[in-house]
Amino acid sequence: MAKQTVTVGSSVGLHARPAAVIATAAGAYDEEILLSIDGEDPVEATSALMIMTLGADFGMSVDVESENADAVAEIAALIAKDLDS
Amino acid sequence: MIDNASAITGTGVVSGLAYAPALWVNPEPELASKYEALLVEDVRDAEAERWKAAAEMVAARLFQRAATGSGAAADVLSATAALAGDRGLQRATLKMIAAGSTAEAATVAAVGAFIVKFEKLGGLMAERVADLGDIRNRVVSELLGLPEPGVPTPASPIILLADDLAPADTATLDPALIRGIATRLGGPTSHTAIIARQLGIPCIVAAANLADIVDGSVVLLDGFAGTVERGTVPAESESKVLADAERRLAIQSWRGPGRTKDGTAIEILANVQDGAGARIAAGYPAQGVGLFRTELCFLSAQSEPSVTEQASIYGEVLAAFPGQKVVFRTLDAGSDKPVPFVSHPDEENPALGVRGIRLGNVEPGIIERQLDALALAAEQQGIAGAKVMAPMVATLDEARNFATACRARKLSPGIMVEVPSVALLADAFMAEVDFFSIGTNDLTQYTMAADRMAPSLAALTDPWQPAVLALISLSAAAGIRSQKPVGVCGEAAADPLLACILIGLGVSSLSMAPAALAGVGIQLGEVTLSQCQEAAEAVLRTTTTEQARATAREMLSPTIHSNSKE
Repeated sequence: MAKQTVTVGSSVGLHARPAAVIATAAGAYDEEILLSIDGEDPVEATSALMIMTLGADFGMSVDVESENADAVAEIAALIAKDLDS
Repeated sequence: MIDNASAITGTGVVSGLAYAPALWVNPEPELASKYEALLVEDVRDAEAERWKAAAEMVAARLFQRAATGSGAAADVLSATAALAGDRGLQRATLKMIAAGSTAEAATVAAVGAFIVKFEKLGGLMAERVADLGDIRNRVVSELLGLPEPGVPTPASPIILLADDLAPADTATLDPALIRGIATRLGGPTSHTAIIARQLGIPCIVAAANLADIVDGSVVLLDGFAGTVERGTVPAESESKVLADAERRLAIQSWRGPGRTKDGTAIEILANVQDGAGARIAAGYPAQGVGLFRTELCFLSAQSEPSVTEQASIYGEVLAAFPGQKVVFRTLDAGSDKPVPFVSHPDEENPALGVRGIRLGNVEPGIIERQLDALALAAEQQGIAGAKVMAPMVATLDEARNFATACRARKLSPGIMVEVPSVALLADAFMAEVDFFSIGTNDLTQYTMAADRMAPSLAALTDPWQPAVLALISLSAAAGIRSQKPVGVCGEAAADPLLACILIGLGVSSLSMAPAALAGVGIQLGEVTLSQCQEAAEAVLRTTTTEQARATAREMLSPTIHSNSKE
């Protein structure tokens, strides 16, 4: 199981547009990719709606987990970027 | 207008006239109120397939509409379409169907769970709730075999009626087909109002009795008056709409500068309250700023902003209008508009209390520090003789002391004419300062002794009141005698008909909300200075607001299309 912790880089947080970009990218992998904050219930990265329920604001830490290390790296990088600009 | 004409009233949010048959948006489906296990196991797979097909159909239709739209509208549609296909939503819904729920009930429950979460998160997330509700309604309608809820695509122009419009509804509105919009709910800042403004579609909101109008009923919508009328005379209505369309086109293309038909220059200026507002105003045909309300940076501050902080805010406004006139007004606050760090006395009558220049008595030095900041900003921008005026001046001593403080800082002093005492002794006051600016809202309130906030006193707080016009005339005459400028800032300057009368009385500049500039500018260009002067003389002889308006209209028409409400 690969795991990374990253800081949210989108100024609006993981809101509609950033969440949609992440969900689309996550959908390209077969393996499950999970996101969580502070050890709370993880959500699937393939669902923009579920990502939004995290309520992840700019600057918050998000844990990314998956069997696929490439997937973790890609999704973590997206979370760290400002996707709303 | 014929006998059976009846008007439904709401709040006008986008000016303009439209005349066409009314058409309601398709209603939302009835939603199952609760989620219960109802289906036997054998049919659950088929039910899941039924849901998938419906969700796919909804997403596909939205994506198709996104492809025909463009820009922000297409983005909104794509985002809504993506929600319909969201895997998290799909998983939650299918889980309930697998447990025996109908597809309809599962849709309502699954979306409902997301709505609850988003509302709890608040802020930006809560704004997505309308989109979720929209998706839910579309999927349920599809499952029930009902027409897609939302805006129909009409074959010919219509006036669209709705309870309120969802973002997805407004994304593909075609102004060529949707000539007007009226909603039963919403307000001036609702989504419908914002989109209608962007598209330039005449629009009214909060029309409570809108449901009285049925599909196909031909209506005249007036986005300025905020009315929808049935039973108007067709030929008359159509010619009104045509004239209005020409006028709106002219307003869009008017670039200034302000001048009468015979070429007399009239300064057309903007009212602003901060740098951001000034930069927006600079995009309109404003020749400068006639009123910069400096109180904004004070009203939100917990302690008095330093001179340097103030200077940077004032400098932003100067920078937005380089080389053009900018008139500052010192802090206009009081117990009715309290500044957090000033201890305002407890007053029975705040409008007649410690406000404007009187604030200097309870907070010594506050006005002087504003003048220091302005002098600093002007120096930084290389501006000589920056103009600044004091509000609520009532005595000659106040005017003299203010002028002395300004001149010591190389600023050009003026005063607001709001208290009738200034107008009555206009020559003596003008001798102390460089200019007047008439604040018609407060001058009217103080002349008529009528609270401008009280709706029941609207007939008294009308700048067309003969006594108010007489005081404006006294002030303007003092300007002419001393060859010093007299401007008007306030609602009166934004009324095209009244603007002509003010010019006729001797006013040389008009300052107003940026959106009103072109309308006033166009009107001034259609009349000569002498026509304005003759009309002003005649209006001064009238004895009621009705007579004053009628006289002005008669003498300046047919060129005038007054926006003033009767």
